[in-house]
Amino acid sequence: MGFKHLKAMALATATSTAALLASAANAVEIEYWQYFFDARVQAMEQLIENFQAANPDITVKMTHFPYADYRTKVAAAIPAGEGPDVVQLFYGWLNDYVEAELIQPLPADAFPASMVDEEFFPMVQAMKEGDQYWALPTAVRSLALFYNERLLEEAGVEPPTTLDETVEAARAMTKVDGAGNVTQVGITAGMTAQDHHWWREVLVRQFGGEPYTDDYRTVAYNSDAGVEALKFYVGMAEGDEPITAFGFMDEPQAAFKAGRAGMHIDGSFRIGSLNNTRGLNWGVSELPATSDGTRSNYSSYWVNAITTKAEGEKYDAAVKFMQYVTSDEAMQIWLDVVGELPAKPSVGMTEANANNEVFGPFIRGLAYANTTKFANESGQRQLMVEMVERITLQDMDPAESLAIAAEAEQKLLNEYYAD
Amino acid sequence: MKLYRDLTIRQKHIVWAWAFLALPVVFYTVIRFYPTGNAILISFQDWNLLGSRTWTGLDNYIKLWNDPVFWQVFRNTFVYLLLGTPVSLVLSFIIAYHLDKLRFMHGFLRMLYFLPFMTSAVAMAWVWRWFYQPVPIGLFNNFLASIGIPQIEFLNSTTNALPSILAPAVWAGLGFQIIIFMAGLRAIPKSYYEAARIDGVSTWTVLWEITLPLLKPTIVFIVVFSSIGFLRIFDHVFNMTTNNPGGPLNSTKPLVLMIYQSAFDSFDMGYAAAQTVVLFLVLLVVSLIQLRLLRDR
Repeated sequence: MGFKHLKAMALATATSTAALLASAANAVEIEYWQYFFDARVQAMEQLIENFQAANPDITVKMTHFPYADYRTKVAAAIPAGEGPDVVQLFYGWLNDYVEAELIQPLPADAFPASMVDEEFFPMVQAMKEGDQYWALPTAVRSLALFYNERLLEEAGVEPPTTLDETVEAARAMTKVDGAGNVTQVGITAGMTAQDHHWWREVLVRQFGGEPYTDDYRTVAYNSDAGVEALKFYVGMAEGDEPITAFGFMDEPQAAFKAGRAGMHIDGSFRIGSLNNTRGLNWGVSELPATSDGTRSNYSSYWVNAITTKAEGEKYDAAVKFMQYVTSDEAMQIWLDVVGELPAKPSVGMTEANANNEVFGPFIRGLAYANTTKFANESGQRQLMVEMVERITLQDMDPAESLAIAAEAEQKLLNEYYAD
Repeated sequence: MKLYRDLTIRQKHIVWAWAFLALPVVFYTVIRFYPTGNAILISFQDWNLLGSRTWTGLDNYIKLWNDPVFWQVFRNTFVYLLLGTPVSLVLSFIIAYHLDKLRFMHGFLRMLYFLPFMTSAVAMAWVWRWFYQPVPIGLFNNFLASIGIPQIEFLNSTTNALPSILAPAVWAGLGFQIIIFMAGLRAIPKSYYEAARIDGVSTWTVLWEITLPLLKPTIVFIVVFSSIGFLRIFDHVFNMTTNNPGGPLNSTKPLVLMIYQSAFDSFDMGYAAAQTVVLFLVLLVVSLIQLRLLRDR
């Protein structure tokens, strides 16, 4: 019972006994869980403070855990009736949470599907089943092309906008020593980082293919377009004049941070750590388009959902809290504090945000972004990693390696969707 | 209380013995036996940590049998064992044998050999990982490049990666084995060597006929100890290949890492438990064989 409750109760006593009873009954505490990441916790503290000021009869208690324990703790707590009323989860986990009956759908009167469809960026529709939503994000992430301004200038090239220009610019920035070892890459490469998203959702589409069909249950990238996309990707590190090297400086983002890479494709979550890198002069632009202007992007997000534990007045309070954390105000706070992008065009596409020189390219990318529905993200990424390794380490034909990856991924999806 | 008073002294001894044993017994039941039994149970079930457990019979084991990755991982695990154990045994014996005869800076050298054993495996793995990188950041490759030798792909290779990861793992365990060997060497009575010298036999004969036979218990201990260690290798592999754990192309993945990935990346607890049962059986067999060797003495 905080001061605000006491005040509310005192006020109620002054007016009438009935009001006192109503107010006492309304004094409800709900629990919110998320994983620990400093900026996210700070942003949520601000949101909770604002929410409580607007709803004096509701208290929100936030609990956070290290990321490594998060999933296990949630799974153990909710069935025991212990855990959160509102919980944060990765969009890729939704199916598991629904099946395990850990979360309940958002009420149709407060979150009508037609409203959400209209107000949010389209990739959020991955959270929809029938005409109800299971969960909604406060913020989303997308990919963009980071570039090192000093290296661009040194090579005398402009930030590229198309794939051809990207290859040209990368070639101009690549440095090789006397023995032919690459000592500076034009663009970073590595399926272990964000490149598997870039290849899957962007390159395959740009070469005229579809990565998946049937709501991400059927692998479709084993096509001519897929082979071309793979040849393009692996080809960057091959030939007489490679513009990249796999495994260069251990990790792509390390190479970019160290100023040894001209360009680097990464998510909006990288902005913070690049800002803290001294002496690195970087800029960012939208992912390169094809020469005919085809664009695509990959976006992912964390969502909030109401758990099955919330009932009665706690449920009502949880709904109110969900409404607040998906409001325009909450999204702007999240952008300012965490640096993650608003999930609604009404916030993201404001003049100030969409033209922001850092956030702008990411936000503009959201308009044409796709969200892969993963069954097992790390497992599916691993298949992409191995697809490239078979070509680079074992000289396998790209088409053959692609076919193996497609078959393995289809098997993984079939197993996941079996029941 | 009356019940206790009626007991004979012998019975009271037994009651007290069990009272003192209660703590370890409870500990072992709750912390060791219950989870072990539960793991065996889960290995016959399908469970993703969130949903309910469903009974699937031998499905997990059949899947394991038909999984090519499992056989590759099984082979890797034994490569770690069969390469790591003899190499570390021979190296540590040679070092201990010579260190034992050395007087000059003996303590300092022994400290140097023991130091890696006390270092955190995680920190060590990361430092070696950077040593192994290609130019421009890898120490070894920068050295090779500076004298005009082409780069060696240490970690980004299906053939070189496993030995590259094994090397620091062997190095890290060496210090401990050297100390054990030196203790074993010191325990051999001087009089045997004196007798041998009076008889005028060669150094080799002394080594083969006196030192090694009398060191057998020490050798058996180190073999058992390091085999279990190499069968359970995880931290070096995981930390040197975090971006692509056990890679490239599963060429460095040991069984423990596969268990970890099945359980905490794929959340396929049943499959992970089935692998654990296999690892348990492997460790059991290896330990039983080595126990038999001990008894033969």
